Amino acid sequence: MALIEIRDVTKTYPSARKGAEPVHAVRDVDLSVEAGEIVGIVGYSGAGKSTLVRLVNALEPATSGSIRVDGTEIVGLSERRLQQVRRGIGMIFQQFNLFTSRTVYGNVEYPLVVAGVPRQERHERIVELLTFVGLADKAHTHVEQLSGVQKQRVGIARALATRPAILLADEATSALDPETTVEVLNLLRRVNADLGVTILVITHEMDVVRSIADRVVVMEAGRVVEEGDAFGVFSRPQHPATQRFVRTLVEDVPDERTVEAIRRRHDGRLVTVSFRDESVSQSAVFAELVRRDVEFELVHGGVEQVRGRAFGHLTLELRGDPARVDEAVGAVSALVETREVA
Amino acid sequence: MDRVVELHSELLTALWETLYLVAGGLTLGGLLGLVIGTTLYVTRAGGIAPNRVVNVLLNVVVNTFRPIPFILLAVGLQPIARAVVGTGIGNTMAIIAVVFGAAFGIGRIVEQNLVSVPPGVLEAARAMGASRTRVVFTVLLPEAFGPLILGYAFAFVAVVDMTAVVGTVGGGGLGNFALTYGYRQFDPWVTWTAIAVVIVLVQLGQFAANAAARKVLRR
Repeated sequence: MALIEIRDVTKTYPSARKGAEPVHAVRDVDLSVEAGEIVGIVGYSGAGKSTLVRLVNALEPATSGSIRVDGTEIVGLSERRLQQVRRGIGMIFQQFNLFTSRTVYGNVEYPLVVAGVPRQERHERIVELLTFVGLADKAHTHVEQLSGVQKQRVGIARALATRPAILLADEATSALDPETTVEVLNLLRRVNADLGVTILVITHEMDVVRSIADRVVVMEAGRVVEEGDAFGVFSRPQHPATQRFVRTLVEDVPDERTVEAIRRRHDGRLVTVSFRDESVSQSAVFAELVRRDVEFELVHGGVEQVRGRAFGHLTLELRGDPARVDEAVGAVSALVETREVA
Repeated sequence: MDRVVELHSELLTALWETLYLVAGGLTLGGLLGLVIGTTLYVTRAGGIAPNRVVNVLLNVVVNTFRPIPFILLAVGLQPIARAVVGTGIGNTMAIIAVVFGAAFGIGRIVEQNLVSVPPGVLEAARAMGASRTRVVFTVLLPEAFGPLILGYAFAFVAVVDMTAVVGTVGGGGLGNFALTYGYRQFDPWVTWTAIAVVIVLVQLGQFAANAAARKVLRR
């Protein structure tokens, strides 16, 4: 049994004005999350990803369907029982949402007080958590004096205080710069690896998903349009929405303007070869070209790492005797996916 | 000026009465206003305990009483006070009028200050499993504490203003003193003295509130 089982879940908000259509924020979503996974939920704003995670900790009640968290059906549960469920699910936010009326210590203490943990035990836990996130020396600082990344560290410590099995990260790095984003992602990875916490990461930043997610779920207009292990989704995106997202990271075929720019300097034949499978190495492709006396130059593309596996798209300019170039393209297509660039 | 010296004991009594009316009006009206404002905030659409009926009704009540000119509210309440507490005049009536007048205005001030608390902070507390009631008392109100102090300082000045009018219903205080000994006896010095005392009072109150708010908001 998966840790989180979402079955046929829909969330509909009644229309804001009379006569207007109701808003279907989440439609017919099925999703299972196994214990120990990091799942990236990707989508543009309004795709329903934020609503979906709020259904998991019942900050928003689902309109229909079934959501099981660690075996407990939470749809239709009483508010009192939901409060218990929520103590087992941590959440961090884009805007950190720290209590400005409390110190760092007070922020981390709050969920422990809510859970009824005695004072001495609270103190030990807070010290442990602040050490884990590297803010032990900031315990009595007011949160407004912290930098963005420090605030998110406090947010993470606070979310983990009651030892939840699940952590929901709602655009947790979107307010941070690239450098501090890496810091927070490293911390989340430790939360997952060292503490065994299952993490749902909502983001619109593909780079975040690439660096942290084991599995990727793509949402559009309230529906899950694609789902799969991270490498598969990145190397072979199926749905147009996924393809658009992956393109933000690695372009497969250069776009029109890039082709134009390339053409200004390269008049040979352009082909894009895509490596999605580690059984075919780049050197095998290049060897085919060299064997046929075809000159080639790398004019566009790149290689990315996902979960320790590489994939990439390289656009090559091929020059030489047209017949041999034809032959070479034929041989290369037999090895890897090859597309002509107009 | 000699007259002011002559009246110094009456002035002192009037000052105490004003302080009594202000303290009573601000405490009771302030508490009532806190309840009204918090209820308005939590029951609004998208609030933490949305309730359309309560919200609309309370809004109607607030909007009905708040615009009534205070002097008319004070006399208008007299028969009701007479029926409920047995008297429609004197400092008791004055307190009732001030509490009534202050509560609705303070309710709006409280509501406005609570709106300034980022909703995400409340959501974070709810996500930790805190009940709605706990969220109100341990997150919402503490997070809004600094602005609330300034809001109450604003209300304090308004309440001092109200206490100057309650002479109409037999209440004492600096307003009554100024009208009785200054205005009716054609002695502007007496009126000006009362005004000066009110100014000092308001200055002290505002100064204390600013200092307190600064301390709370010090970040």
